[in-house]
Amino acid sequence: MTIEVSFELNGFGVEVDVEAHLRLLDLLRDVLGETGTKEACGEGECGACTVLVDGRAVNSCLFPVGEVGGAAVTTIEGLTALNGQASSIQKAFLDHGGTQCGFCAPGMIMTTAALLAENPHPTVSEIRQSLTGNLCRCTGYYQIVEAIQAAARVGQVAGS
Amino acid sequence: MTEYSYIGTEAPRPEGADKLGGKARYINDISRPGMLYGKIKFSDHAHALIKGIDTAEARALPGVRAVITAEDVPEVRYGFLADNVALKTGKVRQYRDEVAAVAAISPQIAQEAVDLIRVEYEPLPGVFSPQEAMADDAPLIHEKDGRGNSLTTNLVPLRCVHHSGDLEAARSASAHITEGEFTVPRIQQACLGTAGCIAEFDLKGNLTITAKTQIPFLAQRDFTRTLETLGLKGRNVRVIVPALGGAFGSGLDTHGYEYISILLAWRTGKPVKILYSRAEEFSYLSPRQSAHFLIRQGCDRDGKLTFREIEVTQDNGAYGSWGATYPNVMLVAATSLYRVPAISFNSTIVYTNNTYCQAMRGYGNPEVTWAIESSIDDLAAKAGIDPYEMRRINSNEPGDLTPMGLDLKTCGLKGCLDATADRLDWSATRGKHPERPRGVGMAGLINVGGGGKIYRSDGSGIILKLDDYGNVNVSYGGVEMGQGLHSALTLMVAESLGVKPESVIINQTDTATSPWDVGTHASRGAFMAGNAAIGAAKKLRERIFTAAEKVYPEVVDQNLARLGESWPDEFDFRSVTRDQFDLKDGWLSVPDAPDRPWLRVELGRLLRAIHFSEEAGLGTIFTEESFYEPPTELPDWEKGYGNMSANYAFGVQGVEVEVDEDTGEVTILRLVAVTDVGRVLSLQALKGQMYGGVAQGVGYALYEEIKTESGRILNPGFTDYKMPSAADLDFPMELEFIETNDPTGPFGAKGAGELGMVPTAPAVANAIYDAVGVRIHDLPITPEKVLKALQSRKVLS
Repeated sequence: MTIEVSFELNGFGVEVDVEAHLRLLDLLRDVLGETGTKEACGEGECGACTVLVDGRAVNSCLFPVGEVGGAAVTTIEGLTALNGQASSIQKAFLDHGGTQCGFCAPGMIMTTAALLAENPHPTVSEIRQSLTGNLCRCTGYYQIVEAIQAAARVGQVAGS
Repeated sequence: MTEYSYIGTEAPRPEGADKLGGKARYINDISRPGMLYGKIKFSDHAHALIKGIDTAEARALPGVRAVITAEDVPEVRYGFLADNVALKTGKVRQYRDEVAAVAAISPQIAQEAVDLIRVEYEPLPGVFSPQEAMADDAPLIHEKDGRGNSLTTNLVPLRCVHHSGDLEAARSASAHITEGEFTVPRIQQACLGTAGCIAEFDLKGNLTITAKTQIPFLAQRDFTRTLETLGLKGRNVRVIVPALGGAFGSGLDTHGYEYISILLAWRTGKPVKILYSRAEEFSYLSPRQSAHFLIRQGCDRDGKLTFREIEVTQDNGAYGSWGATYPNVMLVAATSLYRVPAISFNSTIVYTNNTYCQAMRGYGNPEVTWAIESSIDDLAAKAGIDPYEMRRINSNEPGDLTPMGLDLKTCGLKGCLDATADRLDWSATRGKHPERPRGVGMAGLINVGGGGKIYRSDGSGIILKLDDYGNVNVSYGGVEMGQGLHSALTLMVAESLGVKPESVIINQTDTATSPWDVGTHASRGAFMAGNAAIGAAKKLRERIFTAAEKVYPEVVDQNLARLGESWPDEFDFRSVTRDQFDLKDGWLSVPDAPDRPWLRVELGRLLRAIHFSEEAGLGTIFTEESFYEPPTELPDWEKGYGNMSANYAFGVQGVEVEVDEDTGEVTILRLVAVTDVGRVLSLQALKGQMYGGVAQGVGYALYEEIKTESGRILNPGFTDYKMPSAADLDFPMELEFIETNDPTGPFGAKGAGELGMVPTAPAVANAIYDAVGVRIHDLPITPEKVLKALQSRKVLS
């Protein structure tokens, strides 16, 4: 069964007929070709597929397409401006070594965007707590935490 | 030490922006026109005879393009011991065994078809530990070896032993002796990006495979043999490596799913993609080996080590991979971590019906170091000597030739010990028992730092190609899998050639364009690539300067004309010779000349001038290649002797822990990692390797274990397989790098990729011993194990 879904993706309107059983992750990656959002477990355990739905960080692998209607969705592609200029969070991750293999990075960055929007000056422990749903196997999170602290100092959350 | 422009700086990784922008293309993100999706039917038993396979229903499912079993395709044999085949016939030996496979127009249809395949089995008794597998009446897992010779036991036919010194005499001369048994579990590489590949044939029978691999050229060799099996002798295999979502050793072998994807592509004439789900990754990709160690060490009255005996037994699982050669790497620490005059090392590797194991970061070293460094603290306790002091008096020194024949040209171990003790405030904290049960512990490491020769060549080639704009394209056959090879290589090319890092572009690794490389493992990538790059850059500079001699006067004339300057006649720029030039930061200059802007030429402009100059060589192609083979030996494994690496890295980790005596929970309060890396190349990447390696070490120490029951994996997902989260690592970690400037290293550097993970677990265990006086012998150190040890301590006291 297909359903019609109408929502906003990275500032642009989208209207699409999709299989009702799809997850938001499938809609983004397989239907719309936005492959920046990653799938690493499909069970909501690792956070690689994190996107923002109306500003809230969600695991798109657990999010049914039926619920996205009318929402504003931001993905990693939406944080990178049209001229390719990285957001302050992405810049901080780059400068502080916040990525290695890069597979968890889009999800990490979306979680960070939600965190800093809610808590612009988090402590190290608050940062580490907020990242518990985002697994990384490469970094040990140390440079990610440094990057988030640096981004917080810059005080600019993308889009604000 | 020499000052450099870029070496040692904190420059960001060159491919970082694409990764952070979601633009990096992993195997997950790649598709090809007309591509089909492959799925594998794995075994339902750990050990069973295959009585029949019914694929009729699967074949009839709309959308299915091919269903294959061993009966439908030629036998494709593979593996380090050639004991594995792509599709099983006769019997299965593990749950990972591939029985059939499907290609369909969608992953969903492929899975549905796999579920429709009916396999009839006759279960056989299985063996799930080396003890069971070595019993006299144990069922045979392999009746024949890879060459068809009959086998009579489950022992893997690989030998790795070492005996040096007079063990009996050393033992009887010892004042103190300790003996202990230690075990390590199976753990998963757990890359965030799961395994996968896309195979496709052209109409001439050439294969292109995009593969998540660390060994593009050995894979090319393996797949070329597959083409021969398929009757495509002489056809070409091209291996393309996409962005890798981590590897940690999991890409060191070619895998069943890759051969199956090739068979399905050959069968259907379409590109076929196989991508593992997370559950498949845990169940059907091979983990790190489990092992059991029996270790004895002795020392004299002053704490000097007298002997070391190690017996290791490894559960190999059902088939051989490169991981079966872990003991070869264990030899390095077994013979050469600290000065030990008499050594005995024996290894036994056993086939079982568990999922076969493969490489993971450190490759035997974290395992053997767990036993050695736990035992050193036991020995120190027996001898009544501070364990830091004991390590210090037995420390290796520069210039040592170790019992294995390792040539320690440089060695920073003693400096690492001292810095760790200093940073942990060792003398004030060790052995002190404040109100809360806290303690400190340390453990050292030695690791290959200049390659690790376990194959007939340990070399790497590189090609540098300059374009007309002063940018340099680098073709290298090694693999960037997240570790920062490209970060280090970019800086090394920039430094050695004399261009800016932003002018260095590293090409995608592709066997069609990259020169041969043995593979990215053993912490060798940056070491090999750097030495190769230095060789090629030197040749390229000579050629640039030779050609520049011809065009330099003309270009300087143009500079003067442009600037409206007249020549002050202070320097004869018309007779500059090649040996007077320098190239730095992308500018050609003459260091002996006065510092004038018109005497400097931007590299791109120079190259364009040469390009169109008949005298300098019209259309000169500035491409240079270099192949670096390190000055090392393939050891004699029967003797356990040979200088397998060009240099050796050292390090020490120190940990302070607190133990909750009611729950057995261990909390790390802080961690110090001091490492002799020869020379820092890319500081950002190196820090990343250390933080990340230690994090995996903490997982190994406290959390991680693949749990199995009769060969079936019970925790195939992140819910039940616990690896460290950000909150679990909420303690300060201090890194320090000691630069010993090794003469073999590019710019003095040693390989560093594996170091972080090696000594973490014993450092934690030694800190627990200091805190509460119990010795944990089995990883991971769970609260249950600590509690049990605390309870038996209470019973004893």
